[in-house]
Amino acid sequence: MFRRIIHAKWPGFTIALFIILLLLPPLVPRFFIYILGLIYVTSLLAMSLNLVVGHGGMFQFHHAVFYGVGAYTIALLLTKTSWPMWVGFIAGPILAALVGLLIGWFCVRLTRLYFGMLQISLGSLIWAIVFRWYKFTGGDDGIHGVPMPGFLSSLNSSYYFILIILAGSLILLYLILKSPFGSTLQAIRDNPQRCEAVGINVRRHQLRAIVVATFFAGIAGVLFVVLERSVFPDLLFWVLSLEIFIMCLLGGWFTFAGPILGAAITVALRIFVGKYTEYWTLILGIILILLIFFLPEGVMGYFEGAFKTRTKKVAERGNP
Amino acid sequence: MGFLPTFGPAELLSQLIVGLSRAMILFVVCAGLSFVLGVLRVPNIAHGSLYMIGAFATYSFSKSLTGSAGFWLALLLAPLVVAFISLVAERALFRHLYQREHLMLLLFTFALALILGDLVKIVWGAEYRSVAAPDLLKGSISMLGSSFPRYNLFLIFIGLLVAIALWLFVNKTKMGKISRAAAVDRDMVGLLGINVSWVFAGAFVIGCCLAGLGGALVAPTVSITLGMDHTLIIEAFLIVTIGGLGNMWGALAGSLIFGVTQSLGVLFFPQFAIVFPYAAVVIVLLLRPKGLLKSVW
Repeated sequence: MFRRIIHAKWPGFTIALFIILLLLPPLVPRFFIYILGLIYVTSLLAMSLNLVVGHGGMFQFHHAVFYGVGAYTIALLLTKTSWPMWVGFIAGPILAALVGLLIGWFCVRLTRLYFGMLQISLGSLIWAIVFRWYKFTGGDDGIHGVPMPGFLSSLNSSYYFILIILAGSLILLYLILKSPFGSTLQAIRDNPQRCEAVGINVRRHQLRAIVVATFFAGIAGVLFVVLERSVFPDLLFWVLSLEIFIMCLLGGWFTFAGPILGAAITVALRIFVGKYTEYWTLILGIILILLIFFLPEGVMGYFEGAFKTRTKKVAERGNP
Repeated sequence: MGFLPTFGPAELLSQLIVGLSRAMILFVVCAGLSFVLGVLRVPNIAHGSLYMIGAFATYSFSKSLTGSAGFWLALLLAPLVVAFISLVAERALFRHLYQREHLMLLLFTFALALILGDLVKIVWGAEYRSVAAPDLLKGSISMLGSSFPRYNLFLIFIGLLVAIALWLFVNKTKMGKISRAAAVDRDMVGLLGINVSWVFAGAFVIGCCLAGLGGALVAPTVSITLGMDHTLIIEAFLIVTIGGLGNMWGALAGSLIFGVTQSLGVLFFPQFAIVFPYAAVVIVLLLRPKGLLKSVW
C-alpha cells in the first residue's frame, strides 16, 4: 500500500532532481561532471541487473558480459567500419540482447546456483575470447580513442546525452516492472512452483526478463564508451559482475531505485576514498559487512521499510 | 595456428603431465572449497584470497628461512597461517551468518575477499614475487623418451596424497563422520549432544587450510601477484559445480577436466587455450545440470 503512495509522491521529486542534474554542467567542475556521468552509466547497469535479480529472483552472476558486449560492439563498429555512426549506437544494445537471448536460453534450463554457474562459464567463454583475440578486440589492451559523432564531442554534451538516455531507460524499466509482465516476474520470484501450477510459462518469462535486462545492459555499455571512449576486457570480467550485484544489495534489491543509490555510493566511494588511500576496496568490504549485519535490506530498503510494517521479513524470502 | 595438429606423442605426454599437475593444484584448493560447501553450505569467495595468502606466506617463509629446508617448512607453515586467519574469520563473523540465504553469504564472502585482498596489498605490496623450488625438485626426469619437470611430478604425487588423506579423514575418523552428518542434518547432530558450532569451525578451518596448501604448492610455478585470487576462485567454483557441490571426488573429476582441457588446448589453439575449460564446463552443465557426481545439497 505504502509503495503506491511513495511512488505517487516520487514523480515530483524525480522531475525536480532531473532538472537540477540537467542544470549542473556549467556550475560544477568538469571532474564532477565526469563522476556523475560514470554514476549514471553504472546506475543503468545496476538497474538492468536488478530487473532479473531483485525482481526476477534469478542468479544472474555474469551480467557484466552484456555490458561489455554492448561496449565492444559500438567501439568495434566505430573504429573498424565506415558505417554510419548511429548503427553502432543501435547495434550495441541489440547485440547485447541477442547474446543475452543465447546465454539465457541455456541458463533458464537450470535453477538458482546452477543457473549462476552456467552463466559464469558461458560469460567467461566470451571474456576469454575478447581477452585473447588480439587482432580483433585488442586483447588485454582494449581499444582506445573511439571516435564519437560531433554532437558528443565535449564532456558536457556527453553528460546530457547519458542523462537523457538514462532517464528514458528508467521510465521504460519502471513501466515494464509495473506491467502485467513485471508482476508475473515478481510472482515467479516469490513462488515459481505456484506460478507453474497456475499455467505461467516460468522459463519463457525468465528468458524475456533476461533479454530485456541485457538490452539495457547493452545501452549502459554504449553509454560507457560515450563517456570513456575506450573499452577493455575488464568490462566483461566476473569481478565487475559481482560489483554490480553488490550495488543492488547496497541500495536494496527489492526496491525500484535502490540500485541507483548503490551505484552512486560505490562509484563515489571508489573515487573519493581512492583519492586518499589506495585501499578503497578494504573500506568497501568493511561497509558491506556492516551492511549485511545491520541493514540486510539495503539502504533504500531500510528507509522504505522504516515506514512500512512488514508481515514477512524479506531476508526469509527465497530461502532454497 | 593450423587446424592440423603438429605434435607427436612426446608433446602430448608432456602437456598431459603439465595439465595433470595443474589439475592437482586445483584439486587441493577445490577439495577445500567443496568441503566447506558441503558441510557449512557457505559458497566461500574468500577461498581464493586464502589461496593467495598461502602463496605470499610461502614466499615470506622461504625467503626468511634460507637453506634447503626453507620451502619445506613454508609448505607446512603457510597453511597454518591461513588456518589461523580462517579461524578468526569464522569465530568473529561467519558463525553469525549460517542461517542467512546463500546470496547474502556469497556477498559476505566477497566482501571478505575484498578486505583480504587489500590486506595482502598492505602486507606484501603490489610487486611480483617468486619462490624457488627446493633443489630436490629442480630439473627434470627423463622417461619414455621425453623429460618431465620434477616439480610437476611432485605436484601429482601430493595431489594423490591429499585425496587419500581426505578420504581417510572423511570416512574413517570420528570428526569426519560428524562433519558428514552435520552436512546432511545439522539440527540432528546438535540434538545428539555434539557442539555443531565447533564442528563447523573445524570444517571451515580444514577447508581453508587446503586453500593455503594449494597456494603454497603453486608458489614455485607462477609469479605470485595480486589478482591471482580472482582467476583462481572462479575456476574453483566452476569445478566444484561441475563435480557436484560438496562432493570431494567430484572436485577431483572437475579439476582433471579443467586442467587437462586447458593443457591439451594449448596444443591445438595456443592463443585460445583458456577457452577450452570454460567450454568443457558448459558442456558438462548442459548434459548433467547438477554436476557429474552426487551433490550433498
